[in-house]
Amino acid sequence: MRLWNLFSPNRHSAAIAKERLKIVLAHERAGRGAPDFLPRLQKELIDVVGRYVEIRDDMIRVNLGKQGETSLLEINIEIDPAKPRPPAPRPAMAANPG
Amino acid sequence: MAKVIVITSGKGGVGKTTTAAAFAAGLALRGHRTVVIDFDVGLRNLDLIMGCERRVVFDFINVINGDANLNQALIKDKRNDNLYIFPTSQTRDKDALKRDGVERVLAELTQQFDYIICDSPAGIEHGAITALYFADSAIIVTNPEVSSVRDSDRIIGILSSRSRRAERNEPPVDIHLLLTRYDPARVAKGEMLTVEDVKEILSIPLLGVIPESESVLRASNTGTPVTFDPESAAGRAYLDAVARFLGEQREMRFVKPERRSFIRVLFGRA
Repeated sequence: MRLWNLFSPNRHSAAIAKERLKIVLAHERAGRGAPDFLPRLQKELIDVVGRYVEIRDDMIRVNLGKQGETSLLEINIEIDPAKPRPPAPRPAMAANPG
Repeated sequence: MAKVIVITSGKGGVGKTTTAAAFAAGLALRGHRTVVIDFDVGLRNLDLIMGCERRVVFDFINVINGDANLNQALIKDKRNDNLYIFPTSQTRDKDALKRDGVERVLAELTQQFDYIICDSPAGIEHGAITALYFADSAIIVTNPEVSSVRDSDRIIGILSSRSRRAERNEPPVDIHLLLTRYDPARVAKGEMLTVEDVKEILSIPLLGVIPESESVLRASNTGTPVTFDPESAAGRAYLDAVARFLGEQREMRFVKPERRSFIRVLFGRA
């Protein structure tokens, strides 16, 4: 190691690599084995809930977990009660009778 | 019954074929009848690494399709009587590797060999999945580098969900970590993930650490499995890994930087 490397910001890049890997793998392992329909379910839930209250994509979280032997579908919807949508006719629905 | 070992990694270029060649040759040196199969259909390279590229007449796909029999396609290594190479086809038809055909060929190989080494292609497509499907053991070739570690984790997940053993609820595939291109000097400087880091992140048992070594390129240049080079540190590290695979205890070598004088260390001269 060169003496001046002691003060270089790159000195601990391996430690950064380890931290980044731990975080990304924790996330990816949690999503592993999850059925393919989860992202679609999440999108449709956003559409439905969005008809009644204003909602952003990140306000709905869909997770498939396990509690003992039981698989648990956990849906968390965060809503802002101050922003209900007016109960107006919904053109998107009318245009799509199927 | 032969044991089927897949050499896999997810990521390309980490040393799967080098490892398949070195490990197969190492098992043969230990007296086990070993065949190494190239599963990388369309990108045949095991023949070059093993130095038998001019002896390929029939290939894996010919045998699967019944156009040749097994003994016409198997290439006997000229350096070791226990070692055979089973080259793949250069066809661009990626569906040529049919699972039932592979199963039939492996069943036939099982009669003749102690170990069947499957050299997987990179990726998680059909070829890689077929290579790992029938495995009893898996060697996960990983470089101490973020993308390689991440892809290894993905392949470990696939082994535990999509292998035949997983599908049949049999005892799981025996998974081993082989860390390749390890540079102890860079690890000491904090520039490279340590053996312990990678073990901790992937949480699978460590089979061996192969140091970054010039002898690996020399071996591929000449078509010699690196385990046939007694001078090579990488070759010796592979032989240690083979011994551990066979149940022996061997201390990990080549994981600490070579000693250099204090003055040279201080001024960074190699």
